[in-house]
Amino acid sequence: MKTDDNTVEQLANREYKWGFTTEIEADSVPPGLNEDVIRLISAKKNEPEFMLDWRLRAFRHWQTMVEPHWAFVEYPAIDYQDIVYYSAPKSDTDGPKSLDEIDPELLRTYEKLGIPLKEQEMLAGVAVDAVFDSVSVATTFRDKLADLGIIFCPFSEAVKEHPELVRKWLGSVVPHTDNFFAALNSAVFTDGSFVYVPEGVRCPMELSTYFRINAAKTGQFERTLIVADKGSYVSYLEGCTAPMRDENQLHAAVVELVALDEAEIKYSTVQNWYPGDEHGRGGIYNFVTKRGKCQGRKSKISWTQVETGSAITWKYPSCILQGDDSIGEFYSVALTAGRQQADTGTKMIHVGKNTKSTIVSKGISTGHGQNTYRGLVKINKRGDGARNYSQCDSMLIGDKCGAHTFPYIDVANPSATVEHEATTSKIGEDQLFYCRQRGIPTEDAVSMIVNGFCKEVFRELPMEFAVEAQKLLAVNLEGSVG
Amino acid sequence: MLKIENLHASVEGNEILKGIDLEVRPGEVHAIMGPNGSGKSTLAGVLSGRETYEVTAGSVTYEGKDLLAMSPEDRACEGVFLAFQYPVEIPGVSTVNFLKAAVNSKRKHAGEKELDAMDFLALLREKLRLVEMEETFLSRSVNEGFSGGEKKRNEIFQMAVLDPKLAVLDETDSGLDIDALKIVADGVNSLRSPQRAMVVITHYQRLLDYIVPDIVHVLSGGRIVRTGDKSLALELERKGYGWLGQEQAGIAPSAG
Repeated sequence: MKTDDNTVEQLANREYKWGFTTEIEADSVPPGLNEDVIRLISAKKNEPEFMLDWRLRAFRHWQTMVEPHWAFVEYPAIDYQDIVYYSAPKSDTDGPKSLDEIDPELLRTYEKLGIPLKEQEMLAGVAVDAVFDSVSVATTFRDKLADLGIIFCPFSEAVKEHPELVRKWLGSVVPHTDNFFAALNSAVFTDGSFVYVPEGVRCPMELSTYFRINAAKTGQFERTLIVADKGSYVSYLEGCTAPMRDENQLHAAVVELVALDEAEIKYSTVQNWYPGDEHGRGGIYNFVTKRGKCQGRKSKISWTQVETGSAITWKYPSCILQGDDSIGEFYSVALTAGRQQADTGTKMIHVGKNTKSTIVSKGISTGHGQNTYRGLVKINKRGDGARNYSQCDSMLIGDKCGAHTFPYIDVANPSATVEHEATTSKIGEDQLFYCRQRGIPTEDAVSMIVNGFCKEVFRELPMEFAVEAQKLLAVNLEGSVG
Repeated sequence: MLKIENLHASVEGNEILKGIDLEVRPGEVHAIMGPNGSGKSTLAGVLSGRETYEVTAGSVTYEGKDLLAMSPEDRACEGVFLAFQYPVEIPGVSTVNFLKAAVNSKRKHAGEKELDAMDFLALLREKLRLVEMEETFLSRSVNEGFSGGEKKRNEIFQMAVLDPKLAVLDETDSGLDIDALKIVADGVNSLRSPQRAMVVITHYQRLLDYIVPDIVHVLSGGRIVRTGDKSLALELERKGYGWLGQEQAGIAPSAG
């Protein structure tokens, strides 16, 4: 028994495969945060007045807030005055007109990550809005999408080109006062993605963003806003890996989704940021606010996430089911290995009538990993006929890790149905032996068993992402055992 | 093919096997019978490499190699197969993917190329017929939600696919009704060959009506106390295991 535990732990203690840094001159402001820095960010991005006002309101509110500590995670205090709040690759200052003008070093970085933009543009049918540090440097397929009236562009561009849309929807789901990290993001966000799908349009391709954190000590504050107008459909993919870093890096992104009548948004994430070394040093702090609003009747928002990276993950992609007959879904796989900590889950807020939500959460802990599911199912008074089904499964590999489940259920309507199932299993000694007796080596067996455990979530991912997610999981479980 | 000499093994400090001697040649089917707690499953566990069992003395030689020095997966790749008494469920892993990993791992070990998808599927279809199973069975998760009979049939199906040299069947008859027992036994019989040896572990004589052994051993108190031909099984059926203890007390155990 001991032997097996140790073996599996060795498997989990692998080195981060994608740790490398790109040498690019960065155009940064000095560390620290005050109104002048916010004005500078806004000015650097040539923002209209309303945007600066919004940032300043958020900043002033943020100053009245304290950092929350209710999550089941531990980390040293963050010095917000020691963070660089703006950094753009220098080569971007002139504004690239095409991929040819993009810093070749940058393109090589993407290639190392397996994102050959040029090929992708031609072959993959996936439009990529690549965020390198804080400024979007390459956007593809824009013209094809534009023909359908779909807007898919860097957030900073949307602020200038489509101020009416940004003004209308920004903060409509996650207000600038929402929480400490969301307020901070609202004050200092540098870029992100903006998507608008017009009425009745079905977006013909998966929209995709690859995030990558690069410059040292640069907080990443992405802002993503997706609006699906009546009867439209869009599937959005977010994926990331990060280079090796010594300093902890704060990442406080905000993602807002709005689905109007009969619209559907599918948002998939594969997150593989640097988790820190074997002692837990140097990993990313991933403190993210993601929320979608099913504003219209019969609208649907589906979150799927595969979280394998970061030192600390603190995120709860949620749905506000406001429209009658609207549907919210949350499918999650969270793996914590080494010293990683994850406190993740979802909130399903049932407001309208006959709303439905499904939660499937799979937590895997190995090494000294700590994995917490925290979820809220809230059914408001007028939510007649609301239904929720939740399933939270935890798998433990080894005996030094932990799994925790905090399901909160708050039902104010007697006609609602809420079902919750939870299991915790240790990766079967028996399962492992069964596989090995059939000739399957331990490492492959662990990967196979874990992938099987996550199957219900993986099948929600778009095909190419599902393959990537499985590989990622295998890589994150694999080790030096030959 | 398999030579066990003076094998002693314990679980958490309790000695279960107290000196087993057994030799199995290619083509032979040996039955090992014995009462509960006699060490039958421990023997299966030791042969397949389960780490819960500690071998304290003796040796096991398989095709001239020290079996006990090999990892469970290496033993499997070298042709040792265990049909589990309690087949394990692996949720979310389809039977076809599980077997593909097993077959390819074995082929890799033998320095062969992986089977291509079509050949592999053809192989599976052929073997499914041996145990009268539908093809839909392949896409179901390994043993998940299977009835007792389906689980045991799945073991024999896997055995057919993996084509072992030495198959150890641990209480394959337990939990089977008579129809399922016949199907399983037919499957096993169709896999008998001059190259393959089988060790059939069972508590009841019933299974041996269908899988007729060449040699029958009786295990009691961690030792083989009697060895004979198939009539020994019938004798046991008549008399039960009780008389063995008395006999053992008076007469020196005869090892096979």
